[in-house]
Amino acid sequence: MSDLTDLYQELILDHNRRPRNFGSLTEANRSARGVNPLCGDKVAVHLRVEDEEVKEIRFEGTGCAISIASASVMTESLKGRTCGDARNLFERFHQMVAVDDGPASHPPEMGKLAAFAGVRHYPARVKCATLAWHTLRAALEGDAQAVSTE
Amino acid sequence: MKQQIKTAEWKSADDSYDVARVREDFPVLGETVHGKPLVYLDNAATAQKPRAVIQRLARYYETENSNIHRGVHRLSEIATRAYEDARSTVKGFLNAAEEREIVFVRGTTEAINLVARCYGGSRLRPGDEVVISAMEHHSNIVPWQLICQEKGAVLRVIPVDDDGDIVMDEYRRMLSDKTRMVALPHVSNALGTVNPIKEMIAEAHAAGAPVLVDGAQGAPHANVDVRDLDCDFYAFSGHKLYGPTGIGVLYGKAALLEDMPPYQGGGDMILSVSFEHTEYNALPYKFEAGTPHIAGVIGLGAAVGYLTNLGVEAVAAHEDRVVAYAVERLRSVAGVRLVGTPERRASLVSFVLGDVHAHDVGTILDQEGIAVRTGHHCAMPVMDRFGVPATVRASFACYNTEAEVDVLADGLEKVRRIFARV
Repeated sequence: MSDLTDLYQELILDHNRRPRNFGSLTEANRSARGVNPLCGDKVAVHLRVEDEEVKEIRFEGTGCAISIASASVMTESLKGRTCGDARNLFERFHQMVAVDDGPASHPPEMGKLAAFAGVRHYPARVKCATLAWHTLRAALEGDAQAVSTE
Repeated sequence: MKQQIKTAEWKSADDSYDVARVREDFPVLGETVHGKPLVYLDNAATAQKPRAVIQRLARYYETENSNIHRGVHRLSEIATRAYEDARSTVKGFLNAAEEREIVFVRGTTEAINLVARCYGGSRLRPGDEVVISAMEHHSNIVPWQLICQEKGAVLRVIPVDDDGDIVMDEYRRMLSDKTRMVALPHVSNALGTVNPIKEMIAEAHAAGAPVLVDGAQGAPHANVDVRDLDCDFYAFSGHKLYGPTGIGVLYGKAALLEDMPPYQGGGDMILSVSFEHTEYNALPYKFEAGTPHIAGVIGLGAAVGYLTNLGVEAVAAHEDRVVAYAVERLRSVAGVRLVGTPERRASLVSFVLGDVHAHDVGTILDQEGIAVRTGHHCAMPVMDRFGVPATVRASFACYNTEAEVDVLADGLEKVRRIFARV
């Protein structure tokens, strides 16, 4: 079993303690809420999208270190990217954390998101890492229903 | 960090209860998790099974397997007798007056749903009230919500104070001639509170209301005497009491059960069926439609037998010592805040560690071989009441030791170290 510091990397602990882009977004034109009924984690993702570009993105919510840090790093990674980039990154992130295929493989373009590669050794925590991303996707698709990881 | 725990250390302070011997009865306790000895502190979710139960299940399937209450062949006779013997064992365990007051169900959840549906469904009128407490498990909330919505009845909730005790004055004020049912937990699964149910039952009866006791956390840890309590219904699950999953018990006073319509229709619950009319079977079979969980019932009988042999009171006394030690030891860990400091506590302690989320605590403890429950414990209103999204819950059974509490405390120190890095 992998070392715990593989999961609780300093970057993750830092983003948990000081989440970036945290709060509401009054000028948002896309929003969605997500819950993980298993552990009670809640997240809301707000975006201002113009010409298919993520101009602004913020999140708010409560949850474990993995879910808060994941949401925080996600917002940092997506600002200024296109909606298409966001969807692609979601797929790659999901692949990285949910598919246990031996040694971690995270292409350089994953940037800080690669810090979450260790999550795949902890199947119970995959939903924590992906909650914000599922919520993001719902927001991009204009899905007003709260998403659930269950 | 303790890597190995020697058997000698398992020995309890009280020599009359030999916890090392008890541990030998549970094969799973010899397992290692992530290379560490398993420290199983998730007993309120489900307890481990002693060899006596595992072997009884195997014996049933290997030598006795048959359907019951039908068939004149030998195996059916043996299986029927074993099934009904288990009912008699449970009757004795609860000190019920009659076997027919013991209904086998899937678990506490089904027992409560049965009473809400069959008793509530036939008695509740618009404006009637059902009283529950603010410390319920969801399974003692949602069935009542459903039936209250259907019948136009009102669900009233007794508040809980900052220690996690029921506010008795509020409870007394809530009781009235509109109260049709009071449903209470014997022991809170999220806080560990032992409620003064005997007193509460007497108060409800004085107001003319029957009482259902959710005994999921009570039956494994308290000496339950339904006649002394004078409760009208008592529900518990087999798997939290060292028995199999998928089997539980509803005790109900015969007169009340007699008056209730059946829960489900099917085989075994009937005397005669025609397309015009069906005559229902007598108690308890009226409530046991279809082929029951025969192996589960027999296994539950073995579990009750096992617990009774250990001595329900001796086990409770042992658990009280361990949980008292846990409270004291956890308080010595910097950052630990207990959620629930009730007047009387049984078998479990719920807490948070600084601003570290319970889920993260659980993952790190798991790496130390420690199994705890983290989350809302199916008691979201309790989490709201105490202003926490989730707690860590360590819950104890007949085989847990003070040494395991020390392993837990060391594990929490490790959580603190990991989270102190930034």
